[in-house]
Amino acid sequence: MSGYMSGIVAILCINLIFAYGIYVTAAAGQLNLGGAGFQAIGAYAAAWLSSVAMQPIWLTIPAAMVITGFVGFLISFPVLRTRGVYMVLATFAFAEVVAGYLLRSKVFGGAIGMVVPDHIDVPVLIGAAVLVTLAVFYLMATRLGLAMRSIHDDEPVSSLMGVNVRAIQVASFTLGGAFAGLAGALYAHHFSFVEAQYFNSLLSIYVLLFVLIGGTQTAWGPLVGSLFFTLIPELLRVGGSWRYVVFGVAIVLMMIIRPEGIVTRELVARLSPRNWFGGKRPALGERHAG
Amino acid sequence: MSAPPASPARRPAIGQPVIIAAGLALAVALGIGFGGKVIAQQIVSGLMLGAIYMTVAMAFTLTIGVLNFLNFTIPTLFMLTGMVAWGLIHQGWLAFAGGSAWLVALLIGVGVAVAASLVVERFTFRYLRTRHGDATEHAIPLVSSLGFLLIFEHLVLIGMGSESQRFAVPFKADIRIFGVVLGGAQLASMVLAVVIVAALTYILKHTRMGRALRTIAENPDTASLLGVEVTRIVPVVFILTGLLAGVAGALFTINYSDVSPFMGDHVGTKAIAAMVLGGLGSIWGAIAGGILVGLTETLSIHFLGGDSVQMTVWGLLLAVIILRPQGLFGTASIGKGKM
Repeated sequence: MSGYMSGIVAILCINLIFAYGIYVTAAAGQLNLGGAGFQAIGAYAAAWLSSVAMQPIWLTIPAAMVITGFVGFLISFPVLRTRGVYMVLATFAFAEVVAGYLLRSKVFGGAIGMVVPDHIDVPVLIGAAVLVTLAVFYLMATRLGLAMRSIHDDEPVSSLMGVNVRAIQVASFTLGGAFAGLAGALYAHHFSFVEAQYFNSLLSIYVLLFVLIGGTQTAWGPLVGSLFFTLIPELLRVGGSWRYVVFGVAIVLMMIIRPEGIVTRELVARLSPRNWFGGKRPALGERHAG
Repeated sequence: MSAPPASPARRPAIGQPVIIAAGLALAVALGIGFGGKVIAQQIVSGLMLGAIYMTVAMAFTLTIGVLNFLNFTIPTLFMLTGMVAWGLIHQGWLAFAGGSAWLVALLIGVGVAVAASLVVERFTFRYLRTRHGDATEHAIPLVSSLGFLLIFEHLVLIGMGSESQRFAVPFKADIRIFGVVLGGAQLASMVLAVVIVAALTYILKHTRMGRALRTIAENPDTASLLGVEVTRIVPVVFILTGLLAGVAGALFTINYSDVSPFMGDHVGTKAIAAMVLGGLGSIWGAIAGGILVGLTETLSIHFLGGDSVQMTVWGLLLAVIILRPQGLFGTASIGKGKM
C-alpha cells in the first residue's frame, strides 16, 4: 500500500469508529455536536498515559476508552436535561470547553501538543474499525438497540411501553463517548502526535454530518456516510479547492432528495438477500435494522 | 422528563431593556470604581465587540424564534460582506466612487449577503416541512445550512485566497473621555447596532409584517389557517437575517480594518453563545447576551490571558444551558422540540 493510500485508509478507519460513537447517541435520538471534545479526551488520555506515565499500548487504549466513556456518562446527566437545539448547543459548548482547556493546560502540552511514543500501524486500525462496526451491528440487533431505536422514533410512546428512556439515553452517551475515545486513542497512536487545534468545531460538524448523511435508522448509515465523506473529497482532489464546493452542493442536494440519509430501514430491507428472488416489498412488521 | 410550563403571561417588554441598561450601568460603574482607567478601557472595548456579537446574535435568534432553525450560514454571510467589499475595491471597480468607495463597497457587500441568504432559503427552509417520522429529521435544514457554509466559504477561498486583507476606512476620529479612548468607527457602529435593534423591535411589534412573523413563530399551521401567507413571509426572515449578518460584517470590517475568509467563524460561534445566554428567540436577550459575551471576552483576556477566552465564554454558556436552559430572557418552549 502506498503512503497516500494508507493515509486515507487510516483516516477512514478512525473516522468510522468516531462516527459510530456519534451514531450510538444519534440512534437513541440525541444529536451530539461535541464529538471533537470526546475524541480529544480519548486522544489526550492515551497520549498522556503513553508519553508521561509510560504505559504500554494495550493499557493506554482501553484506559482512554474507559475515561472517555466515563466522561460521556457524567456529561449525559446535565446534557439530557436539554433537548432539541439546546442539546446540540450544549454538546457543542462542551467540546469548546474541552478544546479551550487543552490549549491552556501545561500538563497536556498546551498549544504545542504532545508526542506519543508508541506507534500502531494501519492493519490494527482496520481491525479495530471492523470490530467496532460488528459490535454496533450486534448492538442494534439486541433488546438495547431496539429500545434505542424506539426512543429515536418516539420517546413518549417508548416510555409508555416501559422503556427506561433516561437509562438508555445515558447508556448511549456512555457508549458513544467510549467509541469516540477509542477513535481518539487510535488517532494519537497512529499519528504519534496530538494537538488541540485538530479537535476543533469543524471536526464535530463533519462527524455529525457523516452520521446524518449516512442515515441514523440503521447501523449501515455511519459506514456509508464515512465512506462517502472520506472518499468523495479524495476522488475530487483533482478539482483543488472546488472539491469542497462540490461537496457542499452534494450535502444540500442529499438533504433535498433523501433527507433521512443514504441508507434507510426500507432500503436495507429491500436489499436484504431474503428478498433477492421474491422481490416483494417487506411488510411493515418485517422491517428491521441491519 | 417534564418540561417546565411556558409562562402564560409574557414579561412586559419595557422591563427587559430597563434590566439590561441597569445591569450594564452597574457593571460599568463597578468596573471603573474598582479598576480605574484600564478597566474602563476594557469595558469600552467589550461593549464595542458586544455590539458586533449582538447584531449577529439577533440574526440567529430571529431564525430560531420564527422558524425553529439554527442557521449555520450566518457566519458566512457575515464574512461575505467583508470579503466582497474588499474584492470590489481590490479590483478597482469602485474607482468612480472616489473617497466614499469603502461605503459603496460595504453596501454592495451587505446586498450580496442578503442575496446569498435568499439562496439559502430556497434550498434549505423549503424542505423543513416534515415528511418522515424521525427524531433527527429536524436536523435537515441544519445540515443543509452546513453544506452552504462549505460552499460559500470555499467559493470565497477560490476567488480571493485565504490571506487576511487590509480594508482601509478613511475616518479615524478617536474621542477621549476622561482618558478612555473611544474609536469613532466603534462609536458609530455601536449607535448603528442600537438603531437596528430598535427598528427590528418596532417592525416585530407594530407592523403587519411583524405580526405575521410572530404568528408563524407561535405556530406555522395556525398562521396559515388564519390567512398568513407563510411561503411569502418566510423569505422576509432570511432577508432580515442577511441584512443583520451583513451589517455586522460591515461594522466589523470598519472597526478592525481587516477582512479574511475566516472572519465569520469566531464571531459566529460567539454570537451563538450570546444568543443562548440571552435566551433563544428573544431579541433583548440577544442584546444582553452580546454585551455579556463581549465583556466576558475582553475581561478574561485582560485578567486571565488571551487563550482563556474559549474556556470562559463556553464554560459560561454550558453553565447557562444546564442551569437555566431558557437563558436570561427566553421562553422555555422555544428550541425544545424540532429545530
